Amino acid sequence: MAPLAPRSGDAIFASVERVNAELFTLTYGAIVRQLLTDLEEVEEVNKQLEQMGYNIGIRLIDEFLAKSNVSRCTDFKETAEVIAKVGFKMFLGVTASVSNWDADGTCCSIILEDNPLVDFVELPDTCQGLYYCNVLSGVIRGALEMVSMKTEVTWVRDMLRGDDAFELQVKLLKQVPEEYPYKDDE
Amino acid sequence: MIGVGKIKQYSNVLDKPLAKGKQEVSLSAFAFLFSELVQYNQTQVDNIAELERRLEDAGYAVGARVLELLCHRDKGNRRETRLLGILSFVHSTVWKVLFGKVADSLEKGTEHEDEYMISEKELLVNRFISIPKDMGTFNCGAFVAGIVRGVLDSAGFPAVVTAHFVPMEGQQRPRTTILIKFAEEVLRREARLG
Repeated sequence: MAPLAPRSGDAIFASVERVNAELFTLTYGAIVRQLLTDLEEVEEVNKQLEQMGYNIGIRLIDEFLAKSNVSRCTDFKETAEVIAKVGFKMFLGVTASVSNWDADGTCCSIILEDNPLVDFVELPDTCQGLYYCNVLSGVIRGALEMVSMKTEVTWVRDMLRGDDAFELQVKLLKQVPEEYPYKDDE
Repeated sequence: MIGVGKIKQYSNVLDKPLAKGKQEVSLSAFAFLFSELVQYNQTQVDNIAELERRLEDAGYAVGARVLELLCHRDKGNRRETRLLGILSFVHSTVWKVLFGKVADSLEKGTEHEDEYMISEKELLVNRFISIPKDMGTFNCGAFVAGIVRGVLDSAGFPAVVTAHFVPMEGQQRPRTTILIKFAEEVLRREARLG
């Protein structure tokens, strides 16, 4: 059977089942609120959000690969493009863009103009250190780790802190070759 | 230059124009998020009752905000004062906005005057959840029960709301029923209003 052509983000988003973004936004808000009440330290909450995102990412990648039919990406540039154009569109219904490539192509920025997680949200003075959308950085890190790329994802710009867009910096640390759990010659 | 501009920065989130509410995210994004919510809460509690309570509290906050949003946007700032009014608001409008369809049914309890039930064949939040045997009667619908309680409480109709599985013959998965038990004062007020 001939391999299927990769589908565009819009096509996949139109074909999956969707829910109201406000339910999603409010549920995420409830999660962040619970974490703030339980953990109290903003740094702890950031870490917990990233961890939750990581757990989501390692499972999300399976669904992403199954639904989008993308073939193996040849390099990190392609990976970042696919995340921004197909991944974000497929799950969150928004398109992101990629920019700020560094010289050796291992570090880039993914920019989100529109972010359903932060509708109706304002950070109070007591939580100024909070990366509200940190779950997204965990998702990207988790998903890429499952396809053998170790990355570091940090926030450069955050609209809740007064910037004009959301910018995530994705840095490829290393490619980890797939390890098979058995030896070939046994 | 006219026509070129960046997105207007609003200093106060309340000044931003209110979205129409038509934006959508994929069901799997919500399902993943909800599963993380449940998993996180499982690490924080020792027993099932605590877990249900925490999910309900999370839902309560969602419900309070949903009421404000819907009252302002869809109902033109009119508020419901009658029991049946608020129940049909929850059953139709709230359900439609949150889950994309009206609830399957709204029934009045036969045994007690103050009980009402909203039933749903398959709650959206429960679609990808399976309960292990040792968790007994735990129902993640407690989150939805919390949403309903949040809406009712903020609208001035205090109630105790719980979620239950009701096995249906001929169906593999049980139906979920949200049981609403209104407080005394609500019934007294309703009787007074005639």
